[in-house]
Amino acid sequence: MTGAAVIPLPQAGAQAASAAQAHRIAGSVQFQGLGKTYTSSAGEVQALQDIDLEIQPGEIFGIIGRSGAGKSSLLRSINRLEQPTEGRVLVDGEDIAGLGEAGLIRLRRRIGMIFQHFNLLSAKTVRENVALPLRIAGVQQAEAAARVAEVLRLVGLEGKEDTYPSRLSGGQKQRVGIARALVMRPEILLCDEATSALDPETTLSILRLLRDINRRLGLTVVLITHEMSVIREICHRVVVLERGRVAEMGPVWQVFTRPQHAATQALLAPLTRALPEDLSARLHDRAEPGDLQVIELPFAGEAAPDLAVLAPGLRLVQAQVDPIQGHAVGRLVVLAPQGFDPATLSAKARRLGHVAAND
Amino acid sequence: MSPQMIDRLIAAFFDTVLMVSASAGIAVLAGIPLAVFLVTSGPGGFFPAPRLNRVLGAIVNGFRAVPFIVLLVALIPLTRLITGTTIGVWAAVVPLSISATPFFARIAEVSLREVDPGLVEAAQSIGASRWNIVRHVLLPEALPGIIGGFTITVVSMIGASAMAGAVGAGGLGDVAIRYGYQRFDTTVMVAVIVILVALVSLVQGAGDTVVRRLRAR
Ligand SMILES: Nc1ncnc2c1ncn2[C@@H]1O[C@H](COP(=O)(O)OP(=O)(O)OP(=O)(O)O)[C@@H](O)[C@H]1O
Ligand SMILES: [Mg+2]
Repeated sequence: MTGAAVIPLPQAGAQAASAAQAHRIAGSVQFQGLGKTYTSSAGEVQALQDIDLEIQPGEIFGIIGRSGAGKSSLLRSINRLEQPTEGRVLVDGEDIAGLGEAGLIRLRRRIGMIFQHFNLLSAKTVRENVALPLRIAGVQQAEAAARVAEVLRLVGLEGKEDTYPSRLSGGQKQRVGIARALVMRPEILLCDEATSALDPETTLSILRLLRDINRRLGLTVVLITHEMSVIREICHRVVVLERGRVAEMGPVWQVFTRPQHAATQALLAPLTRALPEDLSARLHDRAEPGDLQVIELPFAGEAAPDLAVLAPGLRLVQAQVDPIQGHAVGRLVVLAPQGFDPATLSAKARRLGHVAAND
Repeated sequence: MSPQMIDRLIAAFFDTVLMVSASAGIAVLAGIPLAVFLVTSGPGGFFPAPRLNRVLGAIVNGFRAVPFIVLLVALIPLTRLITGTTIGVWAAVVPLSISATPFFARIAEVSLREVDPGLVEAAQSIGASRWNIVRHVLLPEALPGIIGGFTITVVSMIGASAMAGAVGAGGLGDVAIRYGYQRFDTTVMVAVIVILVALVSLVQGAGDTVVRRLRAR
C-alpha cells in the first residue's frame, strides 16, 4: 500500500450529484439491508446479504467484483427483474417492493437498461426496436417518430433506421440498445457488462457516449464491469462486492489508490504495471559494492508529479501516471547511486532493492 | 382418361385444397394460442397456471398419440354433431383440424421456447406488459420457426386428407381409392399421385421461401 496521507477533497460523487441536481433531482437508488437468496433444485444460494448503499442522482456508479459476487443480482433488483428476498430497494425514495404490475411497468419506464448481448429484437428494424417502448406506452405516432429520430441522432445511428440488427456491428448494436433504453427519457440507466462483448476501441466510444449522456441528460448510470479501466474511465463512485457483501465503496480514485479489501486489490492488480522483467530478475535485497538502488516513488491522489524531484544522477526506468478524477495515480521507478536517501524524493519513496550497476 | 374423369380429378383437387386450407386455418387459430399458453403457463412462465398447463399438455399428448385413422372414426359422433353429416369435405375438416392442432401447437411451442430469454428480459425492462411480450417479442421472434412448423403441418395434412377421402370425405384420396384402386385404373392412380406430389412440393417450397426471407433479415 502506498500509505499516502488522506487529502480532504470533496467526493466526486457528491460533486457530480450537486451538478446534476441543478436540472434534475430524480434518479436516486437506496438499498436497505438488501438480501437475495436463490432457491433452485440445486439448493439455496445466498447471492446478496446486508447491502446498504445509496446511489445519488446524476452519478455514474460502478459495481465490480469477482464472477458470482452478486453484481447482476444487485443491479437487477433496481428494476425488479430480480425480486429481493430481504430488505428494501427505494427508487427516488419509493419502496418498489409494493408495486403491482401497472406500477412496475411505470417504474421500468423510468429506468433504462442495456445488456452485454444487446438483446435486440431480430424481427424488428433499428427504428422499430427503438420505437417499441414508446409504442407499448401508447405515445402518439408523430411524437414517437420525433423522439426515435432524436435518440438515434444522440447515439450516432442516423441512416441505419431501416436496418435489421443482424446487419450491425457489436458497437452499433449496443448503440441501438442505448437508444432504446433512452427513448423513454429515463432517470436511471442500468448497464450489465454493456461493453464486455466489444473490442477496446468500440468500448471506448461507448463509454464516451455513456459519459456524454450522463452529463447532458443528468441521468444516473449504474454499471457493472469486469474491466477496471472502464471504472477508471467514467465512474464517479464504485462499490466492490465480494460473496454478496459490500467489501468497500467510495470515490473511484480513493478505492483505486488505497484499496482496503483483498478482493479489490486482486481486481486492481492488472492495472499496476509490474517492474520490467530484466530489472526484477536482477533485483536483490542486500547492497553489493557498486550497486544502484531501485526506488519506487508512488503517486496517489496528488497533483501530477513534479519532475524537479528527480535529482541529477537519478535514472528513470519506469513511469506510469494516470489521472483518475483529477488525481494523479501511479508510480515512478528510478535508479539511484548508493548513499542516496530516498526520503529526499518524497516521504513515500521506498527502496525496492538493489541491482548491479554494470550497465 | 375420359373428360369426366378429368373433371372429377379437378373437382377432387379443389376439394382437397379446401379441406386442407380450412383445417389448416383452424389449426393456426387454435394452435398458436395453445402453444403460447403451453409456453407461458408452465413453471417459470409469466402466466403461471401449472395445473391447467399439465392438463392441456396431457390432452395434447393424448391426441398426438392416437393415429389419424383411429381419430377419424372415433370422432364420427362429434363430426355429426358439428356438421350434421359424416361425409363430404366439411365432415373431414373436423377430424383433420382436431388432429392437426395439437401437432402444430407442439411445433410452435418448440419455436416459442427457443426465443432468447434475454429478449423477454429486455422487453420487461422497457415496461412491456406480459401481453406486449407475447405480441412483440415471442410471436415475431418465433415466426420463422412457426412458419416452418406450419409447412410441415400442412404437408402432413395433405396426406391425412387423402386418408379421410377413404372414408367418404371426397377429395383426391377418394378418387384414388374409388377409381384407381377399386377399378384398377392405373392412370387415375398415377394422376392423383402426381397432383399430390406437386401440391406438397408447392407448399413446402412456399414455406421454405418465406422462412428463408424471414431469416435473412
Ligand atoms: N436464477 C438463479 N438461480 C440460482 N442461482 C442464481 C441465479 N442467478 C444467480 N445465481 C447465483 O447467485 C450468485 C450471484 O450471481 P450474479 O449473477 O449476481 O453474479 P455476478 O456478480 O453478476 O457474476 P458474473 O460476473 O459472473 O456475471 C451466483 O452464485 C449465482 O450462481
Ligand atoms: Mg453478472
